[in-house]
Amino acid sequence: MPVLELSDISKSYRTHLSIRKYWILRDLSFTVREGEIFGFIGPNGAGKTTTIKLALGLIFPDTGSVRIFGQDVSRVEVRRRVGFLPENPYLYDYLTGNEFLDFHARLFGMGASERRRRVEELLERVGLANRGTRQLRHYSKGMLQRIGLAQALINDPELVILDEPMSGLDPIGRREVRDIILDLKARGRTVFFSTHILADTEMICDRVGMLVRGSLKAVGTIDDLVARDVRFWEVAVRGLRDGRLPAGRVVSRRDDLVLVRVDSQDELKRVLSSLDGRGAALVSVTPARQSLEDLLIREVRGGPETGARPTPPEEARRAS
Amino acid sequence: MLPRIAVIALNTFREAIRNRVLYLLLIFAVAMISFAQILSLLTVGSEEKIIKDFGLASIDIFGVLTSVFIGIGLVSREIERRTVYTLLAKPIHRFEFVLGKFGGLTITLLVNTTVMALWFFLILALKGIFDPNLIVAVFLLYLQFLLITALAVLFSCLSSPILSSIMTLALYVIGHLLWSFDLLKAKIVSPAGRVLCDVLYYVLPNLGNFDIKGPVVHGLPIGPGVVGAALLYLLLYGSAVLAGACAIFQGKELQ
Repeated sequence: MPVLELSDISKSYRTHLSIRKYWILRDLSFTVREGEIFGFIGPNGAGKTTTIKLALGLIFPDTGSVRIFGQDVSRVEVRRRVGFLPENPYLYDYLTGNEFLDFHARLFGMGASERRRRVEELLERVGLANRGTRQLRHYSKGMLQRIGLAQALINDPELVILDEPMSGLDPIGRREVRDIILDLKARGRTVFFSTHILADTEMICDRVGMLVRGSLKAVGTIDDLVARDVRFWEVAVRGLRDGRLPAGRVVSRRDDLVLVRVDSQDELKRVLSSLDGRGAALVSVTPARQSLEDLLIREVRGGPETGARPTPPEEARRAS
Repeated sequence: MLPRIAVIALNTFREAIRNRVLYLLLIFAVAMISFAQILSLLTVGSEEKIIKDFGLASIDIFGVLTSVFIGIGLVSREIERRTVYTLLAKPIHRFEFVLGKFGGLTITLLVNTTVMALWFFLILALKGIFDPNLIVAVFLLYLQFLLITALAVLFSCLSSPILSSIMTLALYVIGHLLWSFDLLKAKIVSPAGRVLCDVLYYVLPNLGNFDIKGPVVHGLPIGPGVVGAALLYLLLYGSAVLAGACAIFQGKELQ
């Protein structure tokens, strides 16, 4: 049984005094399976937040249905098993961190000692231990995101829905959120999150759904969606005296560093072997693979994307 | 273990008492009640009447302002600032949210009215005045605040904070002038117009049911059953308004 199931969802809106309908989502169907991390990606205005609001019953679809753990989302009790962090969370800024989490714990009917233990544990987990007595109005954006995440986990939910959980966080904060998501998966929880940060998606998601202009363009594992074969290599060479190589195309020169693009393994071998005896030093060989970003840009532009990003050197090393 | 409505109500109360506007209104109310004493020096012979009249009017006005501004602020702002998202993603029925908010405001107004009333009674006590009917008058004002709050919650579910405030204040004014529909009806010849007068008279909130300032200030006896009638009216009219608010909020798209 899928944890979250959206079937034939369409959603439109009308501007004031207008009879014309604008479609935000058209015939959207996908499922999120138990225990997986599902990344929901797409450009701004694609309908990601609308989908999440529909999935939680905050707004209602024109057509179609949303089921969580096999039950219609309109059944309030199903939300006992769900945790939610909205985008740029606006929280009760007059409450302290402790009060805020305690309030949400009360809504689940937790007893006093359980609440105290849970609040303490979650503050620790999101890196806000010792900050619980401060009012949320004095929290930074990153701290608000963390406390928001803590409230989403207050009931130890089986399904966690996060809308842009990494936005507004510095690299350390992003890493911590990523670790929390991976930890949830390790505990057998299901995570569904939307994001703009595609590198994180590639790193942690089991499956990805790509939404463009209200339509789901692709769903699957990263390997299903993105051709992982190397498309070309970038070879960085230092101290090349005559500046000529038997193959490849020079992409850039800076001081004595030359960056060359080669398109086949055969060309690469020729380039590398030609370096011997010419006093040139190989700096790096970087394979370029198609990334999720390439795929997204291609879908948004509605045509094939010619450029592929070189894989960062450390990832290339890992791959080799 | 508290029911969810009570959890939301207590949090709403906590929000209200951490709101500076509440204290500002309270300070103004206390200042106005105190001012009655000075005003009474300007009149000869009717000092007590002036203090009672001015005091009750101050409690009335500032209680209504609290109902409107705090009430609308608490519900509309929750929708506008999207704090409601995290709440409604929890296992909470939407009616529980509406009733919880109303409950929190009820507690806030109880505290607010009690503070104003205690100050008022203290001023009177210093003058050696004690009239038990004043307690009844203040209690009826409190019931009126609850009805105004229910209307404020209803309008908050319908429209923006500014529009909600204007509509609620307008209904407060109209609600005290409903008797004029009777006068108007007597002057209208058209049967349709007379029916319209009747409809408006019964549909609009009749706040005259909560107003016994006149007899109390003039030391006249209060009619029997006034409190019972006011309570019944609040129960029926207030329930209908809150049921409407819950129904509207149930279908509201939280954009």
